[in-house]
Amino acid sequence: MTLLDEKATVEAVNPELEARSVRAEARRGLLHALPAYVYLIVFFALPLAIVFVFSFASRTSTGRPVLGGWNLDGYARLAEPVIRTIAGRSLWLAALNTAICLLIGYPFAYWIATRAKASTRNLLLVLVLIPFWSNFLVRTYAWRVLLDSDGPVTRVGEVTGLWGSMLFTQPAVFIGLLYGYLPFMVLPLYAAIERLDWSLVEAARDLYATRWEAFRKVTLPLSKPGVIAGSILVFIPSLGAYVTPDILGGAKTTLLGNYIVTQFTSGRNWPFGAALSFVILTAMLLATIAYFRSGAKTL
Amino acid sequence: MKRAPWLLALMLMVAGCGLSDGDNAADGGDSPGAECEPGQVDGDLNLYNWSEYMDPELIAGFEQEAGVDVTETFYDSNETMLAQIEAGGAAYDLVVPSDYMVETMIDADLLIPLNRDALSNLANLDPDFTAPPFDPDGAYSVAYQWGTTGLGFSYDVVPDPTQLSWGLIFDPEMGAAVAGRVQMLNDERETLGAALKYLGYSLNSTEPDEINEAAELVREAKDRIATFDSDAYDDLLIQGETMVAHGYSGNFFTAFEAADAWDSFGYGIPIEGGTAWVDNMAIPTTAQNVCTAHAFIDYLLDAENGAALTNFNFYASPNAAAEEFILAEILEDPAIYPPPDVMDKLEFIAGVGEASTLYADAFVEAKS
Repeated sequence: MTLLDEKATVEAVNPELEARSVRAEARRGLLHALPAYVYLIVFFALPLAIVFVFSFASRTSTGRPVLGGWNLDGYARLAEPVIRTIAGRSLWLAALNTAICLLIGYPFAYWIATRAKASTRNLLLVLVLIPFWSNFLVRTYAWRVLLDSDGPVTRVGEVTGLWGSMLFTQPAVFIGLLYGYLPFMVLPLYAAIERLDWSLVEAARDLYATRWEAFRKVTLPLSKPGVIAGSILVFIPSLGAYVTPDILGGAKTTLLGNYIVTQFTSGRNWPFGAALSFVILTAMLLATIAYFRSGAKTL
Repeated sequence: MKRAPWLLALMLMVAGCGLSDGDNAADGGDSPGAECEPGQVDGDLNLYNWSEYMDPELIAGFEQEAGVDVTETFYDSNETMLAQIEAGGAAYDLVVPSDYMVETMIDADLLIPLNRDALSNLANLDPDFTAPPFDPDGAYSVAYQWGTTGLGFSYDVVPDPTQLSWGLIFDPEMGAAVAGRVQMLNDERETLGAALKYLGYSLNSTEPDEINEAAELVREAKDRIATFDSDAYDDLLIQGETMVAHGYSGNFFTAFEAADAWDSFGYGIPIEGGTAWVDNMAIPTTAQNVCTAHAFIDYLLDAENGAALTNFNFYASPNAAAEEFILAEILEDPAIYPPPDVMDKLEFIAGVGEASTLYADAFVEAKS
């Protein structure tokens, strides 16, 4: 008698018991998911609701937000050309950063994942993670030293005649972003490539696929979850970056993140900052869902 | 027992004030600090101050004397501080707003009236600072330090400091030699104020057209400005990253002194004029330990402590009694205690009321 038959027998004998077990299962599921629900409500839905409320608030002449005098001024300002400039610049830098992280990160993750010895792989992974042991702010300031007019990067540029001092320019912001987010691309890619079933690649090669074809038709599609996860992990924080543009860009390569922070600090325009945050968050959420959906179809 | 007469006098004074002038909040009648006595502490001090402004040894001295911990948090512009205080959240016991910001914060009911009876050293304050226009009764604030905002520079690019001009930043021709080697403060009133001065307007203009013209000037100069920075500009100048730096007098001198670089760098007020300011200690309404805050103000009003502060940060002291302890070279330095002809070129930043958000918005747009 197989297990399936046994279950069928039980069901037939006592349908009420079966229904109860299904309900218990659902309750247990809810219980298991409870921490996640609480987390989502407390750290996502609630703050977002507060941001949403403030986006309609008014402000006093000193800039203090007032919950009252509800208006759409914050949203009206989203149409200003400066927003388009900043949003365009942020999207471009974030997309470029994601693309270059992927170009550098993929071969790197592939190389780590294909090392034979587990100890070598682990060592390489630790090396990727080591920068995280010191604060991001400190590391960004370190880049200031590397990029300033006496710094080694500038010296190399001067000797080769290729570039001058890049500190306080847009390229400096880009270098800072690339440096900061590369590990977020490498790690999910490594996870995806490492657990890949290599016999499928061998099979492709047996069937006369070239190395390139085997990579393009087998390895790459199988590692796609890593590509998607890595891209999102790099793209979204790049879009919201604000420390890097301030420290390496001289607070004049304004990105969306800086622009929003300024509204909440010295700019003292909470309603506008809240409206901007809310719209960006919603847009990002929709884009991410769409991206996952399109990716899931081909997974 | 020694303190008894003091206490008696104190109580009489409080009672006297209460009788004669019950409505005036300045006497501390119903203020949270009314019960505080000189030197009394009621908890640890949460100090919110400008960066590079407080001598760590003074903090250590107070911690030892009062037996409390002091936590110092830093801000780099009055507006950042204002935004934090308005938002509530962190309960700072003591803040150090500049002149115009004191006025703004009083108007917004963000400060508590001080209990002057808890400030035994208040008489040390120079009479010039006891009734400033931004706080006419001195009811809410006690002067901390004063100084000027102007330009720090390398003598390589400014051989003749008497011809120092904001044109180094705002004039494309004059600024050509230092393009990309210029920094401005990340501060709406100071930086737009410098542009307003260059254009020949008051830096307290409330005219939208003038403010926008100044913002446009900053925007046009942006390509020649390396960075908007209010923290590290002195270091950037010393390191050679910039050659002209917009900032506060004392920060430059502290940096010149630390790097022993007085021969290579100078500081001055441009011919078009600059800013004079007084920073003040004040207690926000959200303060938790009001008595400790009073005790700390009193501690800094002490003659020797006041002098130690000036000897540390190279800003002029509003503490008249401190003068005898201040280093002679500081007292005699015309860049720290400016002579009358320089004072004439300086303007105080004043509260601009409704135009406050105009400045905020125009500056954010100019940088973006």
